[in-house]
Amino acid sequence: MKEFWAILKNELIKTVKRPRSFIGFGVVIFICFVLQAALYNDGKEMLSLITNQIENSISINGTVLNGNLICYILLQTLIIQMPLLVALVTGDLISGETSSGTIRFLLSRPAGRTKIVLAKWIAGLFYTLLLLILLGVIALYGSRLIFGDGDMLCVNSTGATIIRNADVNWRFMYSFFIAFLSLSVVATLALFLSTIMDNSITPIVSTMAIIIIFTIMGMFDLPSLDVIRPFLFTSHMISWKDMFENPVPVQDIINSCIILFAHIVILLGASIYIFERKDITN
Amino acid sequence: MAKAVQLENLTKKFGDFTAVDSLSFSVPQGSIFGFLGPNGSGKSTTLRMMLSLIKPTSGHIELFGSSLELERRSIMSKIGVIIEKPDFYTYLSALDNLKLFARAGGLDFTKKDYDALLTKVGLKGREKDKVKTYSHGMKQRLGLAQALIHDPQFIILDEPNTGLDPLGIIELRELMLDLNKKEGKTILFSSHILSEVEAVCDHLVVIDKGKKVVEGVVKDLLSNEDLLVDVEVGNFQNAMSFLEGTEWAADIVEKQEIESSIKFNLSKNRLASLNAFLVQKGVDVMGMEYRKRLEEYFLKITNN
Repeated sequence: MKEFWAILKNELIKTVKRPRSFIGFGVVIFICFVLQAALYNDGKEMLSLITNQIENSISINGTVLNGNLICYILLQTLIIQMPLLVALVTGDLISGETSSGTIRFLLSRPAGRTKIVLAKWIAGLFYTLLLLILLGVIALYGSRLIFGDGDMLCVNSTGATIIRNADVNWRFMYSFFIAFLSLSVVATLALFLSTIMDNSITPIVSTMAIIIIFTIMGMFDLPSLDVIRPFLFTSHMISWKDMFENPVPVQDIINSCIILFAHIVILLGASIYIFERKDITN
Repeated sequence: MAKAVQLENLTKKFGDFTAVDSLSFSVPQGSIFGFLGPNGSGKSTTLRMMLSLIKPTSGHIELFGSSLELERRSIMSKIGVIIEKPDFYTYLSALDNLKLFARAGGLDFTKKDYDALLTKVGLKGREKDKVKTYSHGMKQRLGLAQALIHDPQFIILDEPNTGLDPLGIIELRELMLDLNKKEGKTILFSSHILSEVEAVCDHLVVIDKGKKVVEGVVKDLLSNEDLLVDVEVGNFQNAMSFLEGTEWAADIVEKQEIESSIKFNLSKNRLASLNAFLVQKGVDVMGMEYRKRLEEYFLKITNN
């Protein structure tokens, strides 16, 4: 166990000190601040276009454009970029070492390959978690600081839902957990592709290609895709939004979490299986 | 003599291509062992199999009497290695890189330990610089530091003098000899600079096309071989006229009139007779030297 902690510490140091890790943090901070500034200036006008449509049926009092709603909007926009930011680091965890040659030193140490893959996987999840925490702090607490808090108005395809201010925190907490699970699938998929490929870029591009293809497959309402659609991880990556339904569809969320977790287990198992048998020839 | 490494019928196939073909040899404990072969002969594949970077198709590898397949963990803690070019995490400093390697090897190093290691390889004072600012020679030295960090019993050095300046090559040679003679370490040394191999190795194996060509003690292997002897004479025309028609003429491999030099292919025990013959005929022998012994031998046995 001591050996595993030592390897994990190495992987965490490498992940945190790599220049490309900071790209993700920079992008999250930049997008959040740009959107917060834009919504601060034009948010009321934009929101009135939406609320005008529902004001005939309900009466709206108080500040709708508050920190909670801004956080909800930011999450919806950033959740598109987050898989790319995660894949940028995790897709390079093994293939990057293979292409740079450092894998030879890594594997000529006593620690076994399974331990190395597990340590890299945990380091990848740690980076994903850091990104989400940063997003959470800036999007939720930053927005509350700028816009204040209050009840949250969620408008979706089925109508509008009012979330009481007292309920917002725990809903965001669970939605961040589900988002973390979704991004963990992306991280594990990128790691899996990283074990197969020997250059740094292809696993990152391939991960994004798979996400795009699966998302398109999930969007088209074709009967022939009905069988596989529920099992595509991309179909469950937006389950975090279910936390803002009333009542919360608990069973649907649990099902999504199970499918996401199953993807992680299968992809991680496959990564270990392939890496254990891989010849390091370059 | 106890064996540090024993390879038995080691074979590696990549699809239809056989990179290493039933290769067997052993590295005596406490030796500096030369591992030679032309490019593409299967050297790197063999070394990678010894480090479990590549899985053999068939055959068996034993290090320190234990099977690599069964005892990989304990074996790896006894091996230090530089394989081909030294690669590091270039965004980290040399010291940070060494700390990663120390931690991965389960070592609890103090600043004093790192300082001693860095001094040993000549990098003291540059340890806080990022590796991306290092020259190739400095990376080689750092590679050597990571190979020695856990005080291994067996050291694999694959082309360690690539990129080193002449002083670096001499220092590396002295370090290898020190590690071997003073600390009793077994060293497997692979290099294309055959004069270096000849200078430090006591045993060697040569492989070609994945198969063993020759294995043995360097002194024994070379003592039976003809030498390339370069004789510088005072009067070239005179010397040639005396040599023509004699038994020595068949041994001449090259004549250079401008340099007054005649090259012979001779065994060592005929050197004195040749010298005596020329002196007896009144030819001034200005110099007689034999060189590139291993190089000639290597080219001969690899049909190159």
